[in-house]
Amino acid sequence: MTDNVTDLSGNQGQRGGRRYSLSPFFCFSERSNYMGSRTPHYDKHVEAGARIVDFGGWDMPLHYGSQKEEHQAVRQNAGVFDVSHMTIVDLCGNRAREFLRFLVANDVAKLKEYGKALYTCMLNEDGGVIDDLIVYYISDTDYRMVVNASTREKDLAWISKHAGAFDVDVVERAELAMIAVQGPRARELAAPCIAAEYRDAAMALRPFFGMDAGDWFIARTGYTGEDGWEIVMPAAAAHGVWDRLLAAGVEPCGLGARDTLRLEAAMNLYGSDMDETISPLEAGLEWTVAWEPADRDFIGRAAIERQRESADRRRFVGLLLEDKGVLRNHQKIVVEGFGEGEITSGGFSPTIGRSIALARVPAGDYDRAQVEVRGKLLNVRIVKTPFVRNGQVRIDV
Amino acid sequence: MSELPGDLLYTNDHEWLRREDDGSVTIGITGHAATSLGDLVYVELPEVGQDVELGGEMAVVESVKAASDVYAPVAGSVAAVNEELADDPEKINADPYGDGWIVRMKIEGLDESELMSPDAYQQLLDELDD
Repeated sequence: MTDNVTDLSGNQGQRGGRRYSLSPFFCFSERSNYMGSRTPHYDKHVEAGARIVDFGGWDMPLHYGSQKEEHQAVRQNAGVFDVSHMTIVDLCGNRAREFLRFLVANDVAKLKEYGKALYTCMLNEDGGVIDDLIVYYISDTDYRMVVNASTREKDLAWISKHAGAFDVDVVERAELAMIAVQGPRARELAAPCIAAEYRDAAMALRPFFGMDAGDWFIARTGYTGEDGWEIVMPAAAAHGVWDRLLAAGVEPCGLGARDTLRLEAAMNLYGSDMDETISPLEAGLEWTVAWEPADRDFIGRAAIERQRESADRRRFVGLLLEDKGVLRNHQKIVVEGFGEGEITSGGFSPTIGRSIALARVPAGDYDRAQVEVRGKLLNVRIVKTPFVRNGQVRIDV
Repeated sequence: MSELPGDLLYTNDHEWLRREDDGSVTIGITGHAATSLGDLVYVELPEVGQDVELGGEMAVVESVKAASDVYAPVAGSVAAVNEELADDPEKINADPYGDGWIVRMKIEGLDESELMSPDAYQQLLDELDD
């Protein structure tokens, strides 16, 4: 038997034929004689029995036994993810605000309160997405960005290339570790790890705000659709915090659960749902584009303004599979009378117990479609996302 | 890795076969295969009565991670399928050699030279671990 990532005998693609490959940015290959970059938590993953896979050059945990149990822990209790592979970039300079207003499609001028976070896309001149990222506002001259791991090099090159004209310093903080503690009980269980003097302020953080806590940075953000924190800390603190969280009953969670959680929350994955050939308007991210003020020039603006007026712009939708089976990335969608589309992220939803997907489909007014799975057409219904948020199923099943 | 059942035959593709008293064989995937795939969420089974050729696609198992074909380790016709997997595919993770069986096939004969003993399969697994 073979699977689509590697066959179980370890032979890539030996059988040929159909393959439903995951996106190159979410493609795991089994580790073999190859050593990738390792985060400060690596030894802890091994100790916890993780199945280690290669993720964009990093040796990362796929799961620690059961991906579904990890997923449920985050929906019902609390889980911790090692996200140290993600890239933290600090921007500093008198014109940092002006620079970011030009660099990204959302408008950092919206950020007026200390620690406030903004989700945005960074576009190329053609309006394609170079990366999606979060910017934290420290002050008009200081911002922190968190960008994807798989796009690190091109992001840093792009940011640096444009920063020069604004005299902004771009400093990658590769020495820092980062974890995401997520779930309805995440903050309660993680609070004892935070230095006493900062604990009350951390607990009082509103959603989508962050704060410095000595040499830590704590933000009430995440990628799961649950409450929780993302915590940046010096690498030296990583092991101690990990041990304390596990001892407190927080479940260690791998990239597998991270993917199914974010899919249920209908949060885009770079490289799957959008890339440099796709604009935010065709990836369900128009809400992150700040069109006003109309005279703000940002990279890619002209291109996406043209697309904004186009009537045949593709839709980006959530799908619920009504037949039995599992939707997977790249499966073809057929919408009778309208054309064809493609699943950009598909999988099984542990919370709903059915298969769900995000997909790019032809323009038009319709709410049903079919997906080609192993030569058969299965019925799907277009649903309003998110599928799941804060532990609750949000669609009609 | 737990002990392999000694009364089964195995394949390179991580399937197992059990010879039943009536001459049919029961087929499933090994514990190694189930662990590699991760939690199973869906199993597509063949029709009872369907003829399957050696190496032909016999079933599809889908995990949280990926879809995988199960290829027939013998030629024959499908005598029974494990209907319980439709509602509870995780039986394969929980009990790959028992409740997690997939297909029972009527066969003409079994060429054991193409299959592996438990010892030979264990050796294959040991090599994969290296």
